[in-house]
Amino acid sequence: MAKYETPMLDELENGPWPSFISGFKRLRDEHPDKRINEVAGSLLGQLEHSYETRKGYWKGGTVSVFGYGSGIIPRFSEVGDAFPESKEFHTLRVQPPAGNHYTTDMLRQLADSWEKFGSGLVTFHGQTGNIMFIGTDTENTQHFFDEINDYGWDLGGAGPCVRTGMSCVGASRCEQSCLDEQKIHRVLMNNFTDDVHRPALPYKFKFKVSGCGNDCQNAIERSDFAVLGTWRDDMKVDQEAFKGYLQTKGRQYIIDNVITRCPTQAISISDNDEFVVENRNCVRCMHCLNVLPKALSPGDDKGATICIGGKRTLKIGDLMGTVVVPFKKLETEDDYEELVELAEEIIDFWAENGLEHERCGEMIERIGLANFLEGIDVDVDPNMVNNPRQSSYVRMDEWDTEAEKWFERKAEAAS
Amino acid sequence: MSNAPRPPIESGCPDGFQYMHPMMRKHYGNWDYHEDPQPGVLKHVAKNGDTIYTVRAGTQRILDVFTLRKLCDIGDEYADGHVHFTIRSNIEYMVDDESRVQPLIDKLTEEGFIVGGTRNSVAMISHTQGWLHCDIPGTDASGVVKSMMDELIDEFKNWNMPNRVHLTTSCCQINCGGQGDIAINVQHTKPPKINHDLVSNVCERPSVVARCPVAAIRPAMVDGKPSLEVDEKKCICCGACFPPCPPMQINDAEHSKLAIWIGGNHSNARSKPTFQKLVAAGIPNNPPRWPEATAIVKKILKVYKEDAKDWERINDWVERIGWPRFFELTELPFTKFHIDNWRGARNSLNASAHIRF
Repeated sequence: MAKYETPMLDELENGPWPSFISGFKRLRDEHPDKRINEVAGSLLGQLEHSYETRKGYWKGGTVSVFGYGSGIIPRFSEVGDAFPESKEFHTLRVQPPAGNHYTTDMLRQLADSWEKFGSGLVTFHGQTGNIMFIGTDTENTQHFFDEINDYGWDLGGAGPCVRTGMSCVGASRCEQSCLDEQKIHRVLMNNFTDDVHRPALPYKFKFKVSGCGNDCQNAIERSDFAVLGTWRDDMKVDQEAFKGYLQTKGRQYIIDNVITRCPTQAISISDNDEFVVENRNCVRCMHCLNVLPKALSPGDDKGATICIGGKRTLKIGDLMGTVVVPFKKLETEDDYEELVELAEEIIDFWAENGLEHERCGEMIERIGLANFLEGIDVDVDPNMVNNPRQSSYVRMDEWDTEAEKWFERKAEAAS
Repeated sequence: MSNAPRPPIESGCPDGFQYMHPMMRKHYGNWDYHEDPQPGVLKHVAKNGDTIYTVRAGTQRILDVFTLRKLCDIGDEYADGHVHFTIRSNIEYMVDDESRVQPLIDKLTEEGFIVGGTRNSVAMISHTQGWLHCDIPGTDASGVVKSMMDELIDEFKNWNMPNRVHLTTSCCQINCGGQGDIAINVQHTKPPKINHDLVSNVCERPSVVARCPVAAIRPAMVDGKPSLEVDEKKCICCGACFPPCPPMQINDAEHSKLAIWIGGNHSNARSKPTFQKLVAAGIPNNPPRWPEATAIVKKILKVYKEDAKDWERINDWVERIGWPRFFELTELPFTKFHIDNWRGARNSLNASAHIRF
């Protein structure tokens, strides 16, 4: 086996942060399996070549496991003659458990399987949320999948399909959680298993779940279907704990860092040092709860706000998800069923009306939110806009009918 | 081994409860509050008073099986055999007794992992694959991150920042690293060079034409072969044509530069979520250590640390002090390229008499 010199990569072994290059070298020099030594050596050689020439040398292709069309990122080296042992270096995207929890036993079992068939390199997790098993050849892709699939692991999405979901740590360890994030994550994902494994949509479609407005999962910015926890009743206030904060942090600190930072000026301190909330004007932004976690908590009437159509630049520019459901109760099995039905409705409508390589949010931009809502049979709501229309260039033939619908809905809600 | 193909078991997303720490399982949905006893450590208290401590550590993210097993050994010996990974690829260990926190921190530190990344620290950089595995990367990811975290390690280990700082890197303008308080992304500066010999064999030409955001690509016959041509005056060098058509070579050892964007914030706390904005470009893509990019990031962090108020994320801070002051304080040049000209750009202009002097 040729041992490649890696003077540039060697510099990435200096410094206090853990070095991935040192890990690659351990696989090259210390692993008992010669195949892994050779793959790691060859990979280091190609990576050094990239560093020297400032170019990447991987190309895609078509690799799949039997029965699926998705879940593998195929990589064939363009410089495979020079670095033959890593000339096929595919990644398997494997769906993590909801909430990214693992036992060390399970991690060891996965490591054992990966060592048999792959490079020995793995990431928890990629930006789409998958466990990334990085580097194996076409044949071993199938063998590795067969082995881990037998003990409970399945591939995630890649290409124009429903992608692997993500959810924050949520109810398992966070007092601000307003949802059962893991249940939502699994109910949604596992309803669309077919759409994960067999890419047949205009482009990618992502589900992400965050338990509150802090949105630790980046759901609004990074997912087509964002589920965010919120509550409808009053925020809970423990006045004793608040007084504790007043004493330890000081009045000035609380005024400057909590009261005046409220985006809707919905909070104040009373003359007898109580924390006062104007709940009808609170937007559940989470700031005061973040600063005073002992004193403030979400209310009891919890549920989800659902935003649709978030994505990054390609092709028309960045889009945040837009509110399509201001509040959805998620308690009963019927509630969850309605959530799944909404997702199905949206994906079906987009599958039918989206252009090739057009994300759901881009389609909404192209056809307008009102047409989208009509297509998925959701009623308009002022929570969906920052402000009403400012352009007068619009036809409003059906104004009276539409106004009547609003009053009917109001009457129905009141009864 | 039989030759009959094995049909997959379409089990989808596994249930997290089977792997979850028993204390988290017990108090699922019943947590009362949390405290931050020290950097890298979280203390969560359940409604019945039970307490769980979490120790968070940064790793090299791309783990070799030796490192993965070492992390497991630590989990078995010093924690309870359960771990959790954060969205930024940090590993978290949970223990139910305060006395077990320091030994765990000591062991992680001894083994070279970095405890920190909580609250108002600089968090681990979220990043992608780069030259190691991507088919369209303009730079490496893990190398940039390793180099930058070497320099920012004290900010990861301590609570020196006004609020948390999320960094991201991306190896092309698709920006898989995502929005960040500071994002370091490849920015191509020249139109693609086309290998006309390959286009008709490799690319589905109508898809490539459709992919261009500014309609600068059209079908053409070149040397008698069907190919594509680019209107170089219209081209914005975004690289969107490269993924569907690798002969549209956009990466260039000299002209693929880095740009820095700030103020992306996914949280709804205080203000609505925001997208990141351009602050610096033309930064050399300079492996193996990318010192120029790191220097600018450090400069921005220094000014933010000195000037921002507690709890202000970078976007909150710039919103308060204004962009002219940001450029003044960071001594970064403001150029015509900072003025947006994409659709909706007029909304980003100052149409008022609001000027700070």
